[in-house]
Amino acid sequence: MAEPRRIAIVPARNEAGAIAGVVEEIRSFDPLLDVVVVDDGSTDRTAALAAAAGAAVVRLPYNLGIGGAVQTGFKYALEHGYDVAVRLDGDGQHDPQQLPRLLAPLERGDADVVIGSRFAEGGGDYRAPFARRAGIRWFARLVSLLTRQKLTDTTSGFQAVNGRAIRLFAADYPHDYPEVEAAVMVVRHRLRIVEVPATMRGRETGSSSITALRSLYYAIKVTLALLVGVFRRRVVPVEEA
Amino acid sequence: MSDGNGTPLYVSIAASVASILLILVVFELIRSRRLRERYALLWLATGFVLLVLSVWRDGLNTIAGWFGVTGYPPAVLFAVATLFILAVLLHYSTVISKLADQNVILAQRLALLEQAVDASGARAAPRADRDTSRTAG
Repeated sequence: MAEPRRIAIVPARNEAGAIAGVVEEIRSFDPLLDVVVVDDGSTDRTAALAAAAGAAVVRLPYNLGIGGAVQTGFKYALEHGYDVAVRLDGDGQHDPQQLPRLLAPLERGDADVVIGSRFAEGGGDYRAPFARRAGIRWFARLVSLLTRQKLTDTTSGFQAVNGRAIRLFAADYPHDYPEVEAAVMVVRHRLRIVEVPATMRGRETGSSSITALRSLYYAIKVTLALLVGVFRRRVVPVEEA
Repeated sequence: MSDGNGTPLYVSIAASVASILLILVVFELIRSRRLRERYALLWLATGFVLLVLSVWRDGLNTIAGWFGVTGYPPAVLFAVATLFILAVLLHYSTVISKLADQNVILAQRLALLEQAVDASGARAAPRADRDTSRTAG
């Protein structure tokens, strides 16, 4: 069997300070890993710097938000026939050195979606403001309940997925905090999701776009989406395993 | 007017049923993907607040008292419903404005792309085709 074609999807918005380093780090880690940067309506030189560093760049005409940007990456992966996609954030918080751990379950055929978890056994210690940790824990509990599977970090964007999940996400992907809803969607489509421990670095540049009031709004919105999602029809038919 | 201090039971029942219907309809619209969660939250808040005010009759009477509505407490229900409808409309006005801005950006980006494709000679597009596709759309 031929070596699977792999792509790294990197959503980025106004990450001119970090994006070149992120792309170079991925490419030096594995030259066979293609990189597509989805520029989510940046007003700085993110797109130009990413292209100069050797990434394919998809520029969105305006800001779609993280879900729309990441889904664009999955559509790119589907259209270009990739077998495996990994997701790393454009701010440099995800370390390509940890990719082998994320890819291993896919290679063994044990999972369709692998999440790099900050809280799984063996992951690095993660310090965050109380509200952030409370939100992460709330969603971990709720998603674990809905999927009947213990998940510790449902907001992690550090993920690796195979072709089946690429097809699902290209067809349907949630909008804000997409990872939380996506985890439930994945299980509902009878795809297998596993967590592996991962450590994340602090942001190198820029600032996280989340403020307290917005967090509360997103928490309510995503909770509603999760609960309604349980009653939804599947968007793509369940594939035979 | 002299004896109009309470909320008639039938008004409470009718208002409760209407609020529950609103919540159920909004829920079904989200489930069938005709309404995004983002735009449903205000409607759900409307439904829940109206439901609480309809069921909790003493509460409605008390709140009516605060605002000096002594004759007919259910008037507060109308006032609250009107306020929420105004909020939803205002919210939608901002949403439409954003969509209009994005539509302009999309049209400009498409036109520039079309020009670039034409100029590169990669596509020999007869003008007639373009005109038909535009009127057909």
